[in-house]
Amino acid sequence: MDSLSTTNKTSFFDKTRIRYRKSESARGLSLLSPTLVIILLGLLFPLLILFTLSFWKQDYVNVIQTFTLTNYAAFFEKKIYYLILYRSIKISAFVMLATVVLAYPLAYFIAFHVKKNKIMWIILVTVPFWTSYLLRVFSWKVILGYNGLINSGLEAVGLISAPLEFLLYNPFAVVITLAHAWAAVAILPIYVSLEKIDRSLIEASRDLGETAIMTFIRVTLPLSLPGVIAACLLVFIPTVGDYVTPALVGGPRGLMIGNIIQSMFGKALNWPLGAALSIISMVTVTLAVCILLGGFKFFRKKVS
Amino acid sequence: MTAGTKKFNSLGVYAVLYLIFLYLPVAVLPLFSFNDSQYIKFPLEGFTFRWYEQLAGSHGLQNALWNSVKVGLSVAVISTILGIFAAKAVTRYRIKRSGFIVGVIMVPLVIPEIILGISLLMTFSLSEIKLSLVTVGIGHLMLCTPFSMLVLISRMEGFDKSLEEAAQDLGENAWFTFWRVTFPIIKPGVIASVLLTFTISFDEFVLAFFLAGTDATLPIHIWSQLRFPDKLPSVLALGAIIVVVSTIVIFSAEFVRRGGVQLTKRSNV
Repeated sequence: MDSLSTTNKTSFFDKTRIRYRKSESARGLSLLSPTLVIILLGLLFPLLILFTLSFWKQDYVNVIQTFTLTNYAAFFEKKIYYLILYRSIKISAFVMLATVVLAYPLAYFIAFHVKKNKIMWIILVTVPFWTSYLLRVFSWKVILGYNGLINSGLEAVGLISAPLEFLLYNPFAVVITLAHAWAAVAILPIYVSLEKIDRSLIEASRDLGETAIMTFIRVTLPLSLPGVIAACLLVFIPTVGDYVTPALVGGPRGLMIGNIIQSMFGKALNWPLGAALSIISMVTVTLAVCILLGGFKFFRKKVS
Repeated sequence: MTAGTKKFNSLGVYAVLYLIFLYLPVAVLPLFSFNDSQYIKFPLEGFTFRWYEQLAGSHGLQNALWNSVKVGLSVAVISTILGIFAAKAVTRYRIKRSGFIVGVIMVPLVIPEIILGISLLMTFSLSEIKLSLVTVGIGHLMLCTPFSMLVLISRMEGFDKSLEEAAQDLGENAWFTFWRVTFPIIKPGVIASVLLTFTISFDEFVLAFFLAGTDATLPIHIWSQLRFPDKLPSVLALGAIIVVVSTIVIFSAEFVRRGGVQLTKRSNV
């Protein structure tokens, strides 16, 4: 009798607890729902439309709403789209590499060598990031241009007699400009993951006789990999679609897929083809990201 | 010991060089905005204010500036309110599959802006919504809400849940608990979120380019000016003003944030 009443009590208690948990989840969801609904309506729904439109067809100024694979066929038939997408991936990969390799020592410096005012350093690094993107890109055009600052400066000093032409309007200019524009995005995650590393692990490695360099390769670097991976993704994914930088400093040889997509919504006026190119780009970027993540996995296994 | 200081030095030198690389393009703007020449090249020609005077007389610029402020303020307020709701939900309730849901909200951070821009453009055009500052604002809202949510989550994780519970135990309803306990504590996070989202919207070009219709925002105005060589010096002057203003905004945001941290520390003691 006694035992029965206690089991009854616990089961009642459990039930209310489960109900409370359910309602807790429901209450949380209802608080979250405005944000979620807005993102679903403003992001996922438009992406669905993009996907649908990529199977439609442009006929002069009208879009014909019947299913067709013409746009995807155009991508594989005309070499130009394929080549420019390939080039965009290549440029973005270089940008990612340059940005992360340049940012890592700085993040390392702030995390391990700056004792006071770390936040000041972080702010110092992020200030240029918050000042007009367009004007920063334009500024690089002014610096690298034919009559630009480097050329006119070197000429004024007398080091060169004619302007150097290889500075602007090529993929190299795009890589430099983007490596500058995305610096803060790479530094922050790397800094955070370096800051999280337990210092005693590094000391232990040194005490056990590893050199400073081996300690870095076998302890610090692998432990900071999550930050490096985040930095790689946050730089690589958005830069593939960039069209402002290639348009301003890239020249014909620095043209990227973003410029082609943009032209489909401007002069070329072929929305469905633009949509199909966007979908193909996103799929390609996702594949590239998978390969990148696989590479990191391989590296981590090899080091440990 | 000597090896250690040597390593510090070479890294320190690198850090300074890196900062020069970061600030060089930013420094170009103010430097040549005072240069008395049509052409942006060395050597400098002399000091002038005329590019700033030219700016002051431009109606297109004033219009665009006002448009950007309107969009920026609306987006900052709305995305911060959405961020507060979402951050409270994530930090205060156990929600099933919350990781997945938060992941969905963060998607705009990893989608190239051009793709977000054209998808919204297609959506508005198919649903026959006219392009205007409102459509620009909707685009910016997608971009800003994840940032606002991230800032506020880190702020809400930092303070003691029992303060809210105490208020409710003492008989305050949910609304007053929020206004009298939660809000004062997260206020620095709210201010940081408003400043951050305003800055993002104010500077955003790609989405605005596709979604603005005939109403130019400031970045669109700048883009249109870049085509005319005789307008370039005044674009530099405008850039210099933007650099100064955004630096002030960022430092005051950090000042507010620090003040907030000290406040909570004191109240914990």
